[in-house]
Amino acid sequence: MSIGTSHKISTEKLDEIMAKYEYKKSNLIAILQKVQEEYRYLPEEAIIYIGTKIEGLSPATVLGVATFYAQFSLEPKGKFEIKVCDGTACHVRGSMPVLNAIRQKLEMKEGQLTSENGLFSLETVSCLGACGLAPVVVINDKVYPQMTSDAINIVLDTLLKEEE
Amino acid sequence: MEKTSINIKEEQKKAQEQIKKQGLRVLVCAGTGCVANGSLGVIERFKELGADVSVLTDYDKMTIVPTGCHGFCEQGVLVIIPDKHVTYVKVRYKDVEEIYETHIRGGKPVERLLYTDPKTNEHIHKNEEINFYAKQTRTALANCGNINAECIDEAIAVRGYEALANVLEANNPEAVIEEIEKSGLRGRGGGGFPTGRKWRFTAANRGGKSYVVCNGDEGDPGAFMDRSIMEGDPHKLLEGMAIAAFAIGADEGYIYVRAEYPLAIKRLRKAINDAEERNFLGKNIMGTDFSFTIHIKEGAGAFVCGEETALIASIEGERGMPRPKPPFPANKGLFGRPTLINNVETLANVPLIILNGAEWFAKMGTETSKGTKTFALTGEVNNTGLIEVPMGTTLRQIIFDIGGGIRGGKKFKAVQIGGPSGGCLTEEHLDLPMDYDSLIKAGAMVGSGGLVVMAEDTCMVEVARFFMNFTKNESCGKCVPCREGTKNMLKILEKIVQGKGELSDLDLLEELAHSVKEGSLCGLGKTAPNPVLSTLKYFRDEYIAHIVDKKCPAGVCTALKTVVIDEEKCKGCTKCARTCPVGAIEGTVKQPHHINQEKCIKCEACLKSCPFKAIELK
Repeated sequence: MSIGTSHKISTEKLDEIMAKYEYKKSNLIAILQKVQEEYRYLPEEAIIYIGTKIEGLSPATVLGVATFYAQFSLEPKGKFEIKVCDGTACHVRGSMPVLNAIRQKLEMKEGQLTSENGLFSLETVSCLGACGLAPVVVINDKVYPQMTSDAINIVLDTLLKEEE
Repeated sequence: MEKTSINIKEEQKKAQEQIKKQGLRVLVCAGTGCVANGSLGVIERFKELGADVSVLTDYDKMTIVPTGCHGFCEQGVLVIIPDKHVTYVKVRYKDVEEIYETHIRGGKPVERLLYTDPKTNEHIHKNEEINFYAKQTRTALANCGNINAECIDEAIAVRGYEALANVLEANNPEAVIEEIEKSGLRGRGGGGFPTGRKWRFTAANRGGKSYVVCNGDEGDPGAFMDRSIMEGDPHKLLEGMAIAAFAIGADEGYIYVRAEYPLAIKRLRKAINDAEERNFLGKNIMGTDFSFTIHIKEGAGAFVCGEETALIASIEGERGMPRPKPPFPANKGLFGRPTLINNVETLANVPLIILNGAEWFAKMGTETSKGTKTFALTGEVNNTGLIEVPMGTTLRQIIFDIGGGIRGGKKFKAVQIGGPSGGCLTEEHLDLPMDYDSLIKAGAMVGSGGLVVMAEDTCMVEVARFFMNFTKNESCGKCVPCREGTKNMLKILEKIVQGKGELSDLDLLEELAHSVKEGSLCGLGKTAPNPVLSTLKYFRDEYIAHIVDKKCPAGVCTALKTVVIDEEKCKGCTKCARTCPVGAIEGTVKQPHHINQEKCIKCEACLKSCPFKAIELK
């Protein structure tokens, strides 16, 4: 599977997911979460397909839900999803220098979601509930505690090395 | 009186026997915080070493118990051996062998891994003697960190599901509601609405389909008590929900958990399965007519979903936008049916009240705020972590006794309570009792209980901007005052921190704050201006310094800093002048240099280059 290019969606896969959730309107968020797990974002075709298959929904309502929640992304995310916590506790203990260090290292501009090579995506999140370890960074569900600009550079170097 | 098919006391005895058979119990914290510090490795290492049990003299075996959060996250990984009366802190993989060899086998505590009191520099052995724990009253959190959260028998051994069994045995829903009313329990999620009254309103619609919803969408940045309960003692929450469902006549429940809490979701799922297997949940619970099933709904990252009507919309699969009240959820909630919504911590208190009685609960706390409250103590304080104290405990006790004072000997400046909906409290409030009503009077609120401590080097205007940026991003956009108001308040605050503010901005800011407060549909908008209003009240001079003097007294706002060279320290080595990317530093060799402020871009490159530390940021 190539990274960063548009995916061919599989309607079979989408039907499998929707069937698991009984094609129920109230399960839309869970369905979208599964779809995003599969493709690492919500492809437009998937949104349209789900909107036409589930009773009581339209592609527009599905898009409405997809754009409302911060978890959903309409563009492909990287292989490594970096989340920098900028909750109050992390902010007070210096999460911004860590964020800037990541941007510098990965050559990403402010507001840019995914790095040019498609390897990394970078977001800030409001609170991961690990405030005692502030500031924290989460990469693909692994929590890195008490980060500094130097420490995050070491973490990223390790990931980059693994990719070589 | 209805006879239950399960003798819970008998089950309890069996579970306690099981635990006795475990031999020496070694508790290793496996909460989110400690996992990040490597507790899974510590657990593995212990298990490897403990494989050879013949070497233990006093015990025939050793059992490693992965527990939920102990609360003292900063000192993780925490390892507690209750029978040896010892708590080890900051344990890493490589330390395990020493604990095993020296202490477990050799009987001598490993001094270097004990907690060191920051004031006396003494090593402390016992958990209950560490100030952080000694000054707490842990009831809702009592089991967190002491039991294996993934094992239902461990929960049963510490009286789990006993309250539910008693309630079902007595078969009197009205009596349950009365007990909760008498206890004086109020909602722990922020609003502080009397829980018993909420139950009564919902129970009045008994007859058809009703729901119990647990609000586990702990969106307030800086709060993690609900996460800890869900991860550390999930059965207490499930039991509380079942009791609530019995009292109001519901047969279906939902737990709405933030997607940011994967471990909590995993443990809750396991707990629900285990409880169903034991017939503590599901159809005909404990052989009675009462049935109750619980589903988990994962949130998808929207702060506003902590508001109860928005949360309902989200469970229904829609955009999480709040709906006008009335109708209240008690009358018309989830899928149009009567719905009881309580927060995690509130529900976790329910089994305790049933077991120990309303009087026991009401004895703790103050006149109008009963019981205990958990607080997430974070920021510039020595001991960060999760604590539980009786309502009415003062800030001073929390920050200086439990929290061990401010880090790095800095001076206390303020504490932000209740997150983006709350306000800040200052030195003059240090002796204020922390309860619902005193805090409202002081212009703050208990909220979910996030306490972020700030020291002298925190800029309060920047903090207000930070929170406004948060609420602006999280405003759902449904009502105009919140959507447009937060946006414009943020614009003004940004102007001020960039040094472009005018004095008239403060009046405008205040006027906007009041309009947003009064005109917004839901709690998010109604409370969003609180951080601005409280900082304006207590730190107006800082705003004025930014506007009139163009100075940030805390030295945080970059736009307002000036880089200066101390002429006495400068040796004229020219290093800074060569480093400056814009040529703003002038001077001749061996003579003190100076910075042309008009050219300076405040990149701070010179600061790092100076070998004599002569360059300062002011």
